[in-house]
Amino acid sequence: MIKTFSGGIHPDASKEPTVDKRISPAPLPKRVSIPLLQNTGNPAKVQVKAGDTLLKGQLIGDAESFISSRVHASISGKVIAVEEYINPIYGKTECVFIESDGKDAPYPYKAAPKAIKDLSREDIIDIIKDAGIVGLGGGAFPTHVKLIAAEKKEKYSLIINGAECEPYLTSDHRLMIEKTQEILKGVELLAKASNAENVYIAIEENKLSAIFAMERAIERLTTKIVRLKTKYPQGGEKQLIKAVLNREVPPGKLPLHVGCVVQNVATAYAVYEAVIEGKPLIERCVTLTGSCLRKPGNFLIRIGSILGDVVEECCSGFIRKCSKIILGGPMMGVAHYSLDIPIIKGINGVVFLSEEETEVSEESPCIRCSKCVDVCPVNLIPTDIARAVKKQKKPFLEELNVFDCIECGACSFACPARVPLVQYIKLAKAQMQEK
Amino acid sequence: MENRFILSPSPHIFSETKTPKIMKDVIIGLLPAAFASIYFFRLRAVILLATCIISCVAFEYIFEKLMKRKTTIGDYSAVVTGILLAFILPPTVPFWICIIGSLVAIILAKQIFGGLGSNIFNPALLGRAMLMAAFPTFLTTWSKPLTLDVITGATPLGLSKFEHILTDYWSLFIGNVPGSLGETSALALILGAIYLFCRKVIDYRIPVAYILTVAIIGFVTNSADPSAYPPPGFHIFTGGLLLGAFFMATDPVTSPVTKKGRWVFGIGCGVITMVIRLWGGLPEGVMYSILLMNAFTPLLNKITRPRRYGT
Repeated sequence: MIKTFSGGIHPDASKEPTVDKRISPAPLPKRVSIPLLQNTGNPAKVQVKAGDTLLKGQLIGDAESFISSRVHASISGKVIAVEEYINPIYGKTECVFIESDGKDAPYPYKAAPKAIKDLSREDIIDIIKDAGIVGLGGGAFPTHVKLIAAEKKEKYSLIINGAECEPYLTSDHRLMIEKTQEILKGVELLAKASNAENVYIAIEENKLSAIFAMERAIERLTTKIVRLKTKYPQGGEKQLIKAVLNREVPPGKLPLHVGCVVQNVATAYAVYEAVIEGKPLIERCVTLTGSCLRKPGNFLIRIGSILGDVVEECCSGFIRKCSKIILGGPMMGVAHYSLDIPIIKGINGVVFLSEEETEVSEESPCIRCSKCVDVCPVNLIPTDIARAVKKQKKPFLEELNVFDCIECGACSFACPARVPLVQYIKLAKAQMQEK
Repeated sequence: MENRFILSPSPHIFSETKTPKIMKDVIIGLLPAAFASIYFFRLRAVILLATCIISCVAFEYIFEKLMKRKTTIGDYSAVVTGILLAFILPPTVPFWICIIGSLVAIILAKQIFGGLGSNIFNPALLGRAMLMAAFPTFLTTWSKPLTLDVITGATPLGLSKFEHILTDYWSLFIGNVPGSLGETSALALILGAIYLFCRKVIDYRIPVAYILTVAIIGFVTNSADPSAYPPPGFHIFTGGLLLGAFFMATDPVTSPVTKKGRWVFGIGCGVITMVIRLWGGLPEGVMYSILLMNAFTPLLNKITRPRRYGT
């Protein structure tokens, strides 16, 4: 049975350029710039200084506050500098610049001393925290914090997010096909860490090869593979919970409130690597795609690799002029102005759009066609919110549940008048918080 | 040469539908009725259509230039208003009536409110309402179809209400009856509506609610007293009902954005239309029913908001 949620859009999936490309490791970078803030929350505290020599996997930033994540060196070499640099998602943050010594020498990390079945929930969460794992679906929320909150007195449902609903992105899909066993072990670890009674691996039906790979590999009967209708934004946490369990997360609350913990498949893979191989989060699978690249594909990229370097070394550069660089998918991703930015933990793909593929439209008057209302996955009326913001009607805004918006962009996508609805809603949120 | 990258907020991809495309689809949906009107009313049809369309576009262009606003005639909404205005006028009206009607429709009913998307009332209908009030004789003089001579004749609704004569269904279906320019041919209007549904330009809720309500009230009244009240089928194929239900009540700007709101809107139009037709002084109620329901649209939008997610 195919599950789904209400609303949503069907953009062109555009997955053909990379869906059949095996994940290949990027060549060892000559340099990396590793920001100390790569997660939702607070930055790590730097532990190294210019001149230090490092081994791959060595700790360079420690998590000092609660919602923070450790950062590790992704190559061996020498610290050239520790200074502020452009962070692709978080503005400008402190960054550790490392020059490679070419040896790729690893820090002596140790795999977990016990077998999985002997590891306690706390053991697993500690390993995840030490490895600096954050949500790799893009949200980059420190995983150990999410798991700590799933306290022992409750029994939860763990949903593994294999939806990958954004167009162009295929890294999760490839991971599910190529690293099936490893992901399932990671899922088992996450299930223990989140006190989960039921485990669901939810995959969109346009990824049949991944669904089959998973279905063939699962041994525990308590793990269910759930097929989802291919629709954006199925991968959103709330939409996933609605589709898999038919539960709605109440406004302002977390999935925990409806007995759920959601984790991305790539996060599950990282958990496997951390516990079974003792490896911290120093590289991740990233889809580099778009008609501008000579060789689009899915690549295992070291955290902190400079995007321009990666484009040259992995994709052999551009074959046509690139008009837009998007970090993430084209629906919620962030456009950037330079190739001199590091790949950080939360970046699951980079889309390079050509001139023909880039639309820049001016806003025209809203004709109340209600397409935005039809597609909104959280039952909002985006056109009313936009109008209220323009006319500065704050009481009206309060009735419109502005903070329920997940900023998925479906409304802006569907709008024939090209009203930048998500931006108006973000503006409404900002204005209401000022009050 | 340094490559410059475009920066804009997400999303970075869009659906293919844009406003001019929607308006063009509406125009195509109106073409069958336009051809029917030219077939039945000959030169008068051509004159009315041309005058209304050109006047509407011209008034919009001139007003926007005078007010130093951006030119919007490229979105084709003025063309749609022009066609609809022509459709709801009797073929006998002098061309200057078209010009005055266009002025009211575009400037008073649309631009004064803030332009496309900000108007409360359907512009073409408001234009006709004003003409009806100022020039009642011109707006109620009908002509027989398929002839170039202006031979006056009553509309099927007029015949039914004031003389208790029922026109045959075939004439009503094809359009071989007196009436406003675009309202006579049910066949042409239905063909156009099918096109609009296929292109997903209109939502089925308003037309279905409107027509069903009319049919039900027609059925009930006809069953109660067949000599006084015509059958439901008659109601559906006469007056501007099909034109109103498919092309005017469905105007997105002036109708609700919620699904529930649209059901209520359609039912409301149906009720008011029938009240006017059966017990009011006029034979036809479509125009006023839609205008009245337009006034209720903001309220309907407010009270039919979808349930808050998660509650």
